[in-house]
Amino acid sequence: MNELFSSIFSVNFGYAILRVMTPLLFPAMGIAVSTMAGSQNIAMEGAMLIAAFFGVIVGAFSGSLWLALLAGIAAAVLLCMILGYFHLKLKADIFLSAVALNMFSSGITVFLLFMITGDKGSTSSLPSPVFPSIDIPLVEKIPVIGDIISGHNILTYVALVSVFLFYLLMFKTPLGLRIRAVGQNPDAAESVGINVNRTKMYALMLSGLFAALGGLYLSMGYVSWFSKDMTAGRGFIAIAAATLGGMMPLGTMISSLFFALVSAVAIYIASLNIPSELIQLIPYLITVVALAVFSGRALKGRREKIAAEDAGGTESVQEKNNTGDN
Amino acid sequence: MSNNILDIKEIFKVYPDGVIANRNVSMDVQENSIHALVGENGAGKSTLMKVLFGITPYQGGSIEYKGSEVKFSNPREAIAAGIGMVHQHLMLAPDLTVAENLILGMEPLRGKLFLDADEAVRICREASEKYGLAVPAEKKIRDLPIGVRQRVEILKALARNAEVLILDEPTAVLTPQETDVLFKTLDGLKAAGKTIIFITHKLSEVTRVADRITVMRDAQAIITRDMDDLDEVKIASLMVGRKINTERIPAPVKIGSVKLSVRDLKYTNSDGVEALKGIDLDVRSGEILGLAGVEGNGQTELVEIIAGLMAPDSGSVTIDGTSVLSLTPRQIREAGLAHIPEDRMENGVAEVASVEENLIVDRYYKPEYNTRGRLYWKLITEKSKELIKKFNILTKSSKTNVGSLSGGNIQKVVVARELTSNPGVIIAAQPTRGVDIGSEELIHNLLKQARDEGKAVFLISADLDEVLKLSNRVVVFYDGEITAHFKDASKVEDVDLGPYMLGIKKEDAASGKMDS
Repeated sequence: MNELFSSIFSVNFGYAILRVMTPLLFPAMGIAVSTMAGSQNIAMEGAMLIAAFFGVIVGAFSGSLWLALLAGIAAAVLLCMILGYFHLKLKADIFLSAVALNMFSSGITVFLLFMITGDKGSTSSLPSPVFPSIDIPLVEKIPVIGDIISGHNILTYVALVSVFLFYLLMFKTPLGLRIRAVGQNPDAAESVGINVNRTKMYALMLSGLFAALGGLYLSMGYVSWFSKDMTAGRGFIAIAAATLGGMMPLGTMISSLFFALVSAVAIYIASLNIPSELIQLIPYLITVVALAVFSGRALKGRREKIAAEDAGGTESVQEKNNTGDN
Repeated sequence: MSNNILDIKEIFKVYPDGVIANRNVSMDVQENSIHALVGENGAGKSTLMKVLFGITPYQGGSIEYKGSEVKFSNPREAIAAGIGMVHQHLMLAPDLTVAENLILGMEPLRGKLFLDADEAVRICREASEKYGLAVPAEKKIRDLPIGVRQRVEILKALARNAEVLILDEPTAVLTPQETDVLFKTLDGLKAAGKTIIFITHKLSEVTRVADRITVMRDAQAIITRDMDDLDEVKIASLMVGRKINTERIPAPVKIGSVKLSVRDLKYTNSDGVEALKGIDLDVRSGEILGLAGVEGNGQTELVEIIAGLMAPDSGSVTIDGTSVLSLTPRQIREAGLAHIPEDRMENGVAEVASVEENLIVDRYYKPEYNTRGRLYWKLITEKSKELIKKFNILTKSSKTNVGSLSGGNIQKVVVARELTSNPGVIIAAQPTRGVDIGSEELIHNLLKQARDEGKAVFLISADLDEVLKLSNRVVVFYDGEITAHFKDASKVEDVDLGPYMLGIKKEDAASGKMDS
């Protein structure tokens, strides 16, 4: 037990949290952007998986990291565009379509894996490039903090920077404004000449881009191979993370950190003599608990806010009406 | 007629289902005027405006705008040409600010990439000042009352340089006071050189603000002329093709004992809002109690609790002295309640079921209609045909799906079922919402008839004319409370109700109880 605590309060643990956070934060932002557009994309799992696969395959055969990156992004974005086509053009239910695409991705990656490598489990036989890790100058020299923050995979830093870019996009650009407007009242957007379907498609493509980066990190950073169903539900935990984060950039990052913390603890507890199946359950269990607690809180908060408005708001309503009269 | 800004000629529009919505409709609109477009529901007013605004294609006719022929294929083109439309359901994103909604689709940029939020607010303030329409630029739409939201919507059109402004039933959601403000706004816009086309079926509004009028009936334009000496009665008769009664119905002869009684009813909804703060009221046999109020002040909750669709936090509801709160809706109905729900598509009918199925849905289980689960369809069809005839329901047959009928006829199906269940208490929530004037008159007469037969009628309506026309007593609802009780409705005018509806005035200890 003591060993466990000393390892949890170690520098390595802090480092592990950021490492585990990366493949949650990316898809969580994908969920957030698509939800804001009013078409929640729960095909993150499949999009990540397919990006992870094509990244490794293209990387291994071309030897180029850039081509691997492009292939991964193209695969995931294409998958999300197919989802968009079903949802926006054919008017199919987006959740059912996404579930279908998740299963499709799981199947097609294994199928292609076997076709290409003759192995149904993983690509460990392929020499695939990985994204480099980066030591941040100066920061790396700071004791403790440097060890936690520096030396991560470049995609981890991309994830953190993306939170800021995501914020800029959604709240400081016309496209972001339009995505939000389309999500809140598509008729209103339509009435001022905004192409609703196109805007939603952009949001879905963006979610595909985020999913791709998350998937690529898994197979070309976290580890250096692709294995069957390696996303292991991260695309779904991301839904919880984005929901807890209120679909907001910073909130999504904080809740992703929270889930990463839980996952990291699970990894460390594995050193104790507890059946590993139970330990693997922890992050999912915490997800359920966290969602229940937070939505209960949110409900209570909403009630309190309304009660406060009721208490203080009546007068000002009257005033407004009175002035409206004159 | 050289100062016509719009000349609509012989528009012919048939919908894919074969309904002719506009039959060679012509209408000219003079520049810088307020033009009222009136007609019953389904007369084709909204369709005509949709044609003009480029929302829907049409089959024949032409539109001349500012002297040259135009044909807009989408709203964007209409907006670009200087035509703006304020829809009945406001087109605003609730979580965006007023300024953001205003500049949506024509966002000012800072640099090449970013939105210029300051410029957005400036554009909003400038437009707001220019047209004298006060709006809080940086507040979210969600936090604004409906009247202000509508102002934002008007401003949105003006900021896009609209010269012709189409308003689709703008007063439907407003209180009398908010309506006054809107009309002042319209006068101001006219003074600023704008042309306003304003769709309504409230005739008092037409006589108040319109310069010219077009009356539509049965997909045709009956007349377009200056208002001059037109009054409400004349317009009404043009609209329906006959004179209708705008008088109040005579007071009841015989009022009996209390049938429905509500005491100290409290309800807090799932958002923590106290929707009902201790309601007391009585409805007696042989009278109509009207409940006036802006929608969303607890009326829906009150009705649904009485009908057994929701449970209150505390209080009591009795019908004929029996408490009904713990009963199921069917038991409550058997205790003598009929309920014409406010949302007929949600709670009134099953859209995909036939007219006859909908007519027997509250009684099919009775021995009269079945033996051990086998329904007597012959009898059901027969009885349904009687009701269809008696209630003047326009349907191809009793087996037609209710969903394919017009709103007025669907409502008649609901009314036919509810009034023939031999109730002692009738709750009529928004009984004539969205129905044509003919059906409205029929439903009003039926309610009056029920009253004269000694039933207790509780009428809930956002339409003050309706409340005042039918009721003998009126209570006013605001924010989950009864703010006034008028024991003699014949002495009340709609302006008397306004301050109570807005919560500006409140009678001490007001309730709908009958003492003695």
